[in-house]
Amino acid sequence: MKKYIIKRVFISLITILVLVSVVFALVRLIPGDPFASEKMTPEIKANLERYYGFDKPLIVQYFTYLKNLVTGNLGYSMFYPNLRVNDIIASAFPYSFDLGMRALSMAISFGLILGIVAALNRGKVLDFTCVLIAIIGTSMPDFIIGATLQYFFGIKWGLLPVAQYKGISYTILPSIALGFYTLALVSRVMRANMIETIQQDYIKTAKSKGISKLRVIIKHQIRNAIMPVITILGPIVAALLTGTFVIESIFAIPGMGRHYVQSIQNLDYTIILGMTVFYGSFLVVANMIVDLLYGIVDPRIRVSGE
Amino acid sequence: MEQSKFRVIGKNTEKMESISRPSLTYWKDAWRRMKGNRIAFFSLILIVLYIILAVVGPYMNEFDYTSTNVDKMNYFITSPQFKDMELIESIKDMFQTGHYFGTDEIGRDLWTRVWMGARVSLAIGFIATIINTIVGSIVGGISGYYGGRVDSIIMRIVDVLYGIPYMIVAILIMVVLGAGVTSLIIALVLVGWIGSARFVRGEVLKLKEQEFVEAAKVLGVKDRTIIAKHIIPNIMGLIITNLTMAVPRAIFAEAFLSYIGLGIAPPGCSWGVLAKAGVKLMRIHPYQLFIPAFFISTTMLALNLIGDGMRDALDPKLRNE
Repeated sequence: MKKYIIKRVFISLITILVLVSVVFALVRLIPGDPFASEKMTPEIKANLERYYGFDKPLIVQYFTYLKNLVTGNLGYSMFYPNLRVNDIIASAFPYSFDLGMRALSMAISFGLILGIVAALNRGKVLDFTCVLIAIIGTSMPDFIIGATLQYFFGIKWGLLPVAQYKGISYTILPSIALGFYTLALVSRVMRANMIETIQQDYIKTAKSKGISKLRVIIKHQIRNAIMPVITILGPIVAALLTGTFVIESIFAIPGMGRHYVQSIQNLDYTIILGMTVFYGSFLVVANMIVDLLYGIVDPRIRVSGE
Repeated sequence: MEQSKFRVIGKNTEKMESISRPSLTYWKDAWRRMKGNRIAFFSLILIVLYIILAVVGPYMNEFDYTSTNVDKMNYFITSPQFKDMELIESIKDMFQTGHYFGTDEIGRDLWTRVWMGARVSLAIGFIATIINTIVGSIVGGISGYYGGRVDSIIMRIVDVLYGIPYMIVAILIMVVLGAGVTSLIIALVLVGWIGSARFVRGEVLKLKEQEFVEAAKVLGVKDRTIIAKHIIPNIMGLIITNLTMAVPRAIFAEAFLSYIGLGIAPPGCSWGVLAKAGVKLMRIHPYQLFIPAFFISTTMLALNLIGDGMRDALDPKLRNE
């Protein structure tokens, strides 16, 4: 187990390093001059370049950036020269995290219930309905779900607030919009797992021992079927994270996703660079935790990993 | 039973050996089962219909997808001039003008734009996925078949690349390359080949250990021939299924990138661009969102269902069910 953890952490560190290098190189490759403007004089430009360290050779810039990263400094915005990327993350991350957690818990709990209900009523109307919800959820892009929900619940029926993030009622629509894909994914996987476990011998054994039906379902079937859902947590976290880009823009939530999209539209390279590194590292670490969790839950994985 | 009711009608030795039904190859059998799957077959027809409309749709009325008309902005059956008319009448009226889906905020014909957008969205979806699959299959195939050091080097690289989030890299590449169809395809290929490489490698590893490959090796068949005649035909079905499942993901990625303003630059259009424009006007003219949303969703739905159907049709284990 120790060897497995060390290997996994090592790969993650390399991944983050590669990510940082690739992102750094890509951002430096972007054509155009970030300081180009009509009022720019050569002296001011030189000053600005010195301020951002652009007057030094690229390799020095790269190592300076790495050094700053290790100390947790992600740099300054180019659009708003006094704004630090760290400040943006500190103010915006709580919103995104809150939204993501709500979406995740909603999606996982309802997804599991849907999957279980579908599997227990296999071939019946209820199963069909659950499968339909799952198919719709995986086929509709989140920005369409978000905008549709906003139109019907917010504008047409006036049941829930359309935008911003100021209380429980404000969180409902964005959480549903963000979590719907995940809900569909979880219910699909759960249904398939449940159907697979039904055919297992230990279920027959449990039934023949005379255990009550409910107990077999809860203790034997669901418990075994729920484990593999952990494997899709990686893609789920990634989907939720990229989902926040559009959902936060649609619902005007002051989270990181909206800042990220705005900085892309402003071409504010340092913010793009800093936030990409943050997002990327966040995902890499999340994936690593999921992998380690799965290694703990299922011993077969870590044996084959060694 | 009386014996007299039965008689020998003769034996035809030639006919006894003949095969009474046409022999079914793997692909014919898969096609037969695919046709039997009504949902998948209907989805296939829908996608073919969309492709045909993407080709001919823009020529079905006299409008151009970029030309504007200030006299007919946001023209649809919900427009004020149709206020006192029956729904059927107003639809008829709208159809007579040639604007089957109405017009957008600067009077461009939405029907033409939807199908011009379909060209871009579908082309990106299919082309990016096909290139992905080819690159991924070659890398994964080499890695899986030859194994050893080549394999471990390639897989280490793939492991690291796989850990980097897909969308974030795509966004960055789009920022660097600028909006456009070519850069979208490049971005999607650069991040997409890794998945198919992993998948193909896994399949090749499984097949490599099978007896028929070993037998071919013992008989002195060249590597190239083994790959072409034994490995590829056996994983072709899985690769094609995987490809079908990846197309909706690519279409989604295009829509997503266009939505956040990185995909297709105006005046060009795609379904993502149309949806983005629609969201802006959702309060007053919701049809401008719901029309492109309908096409994006039904396309993704149909492709997912085709993929599901193909997985079932191409899986020999499910053959006799």
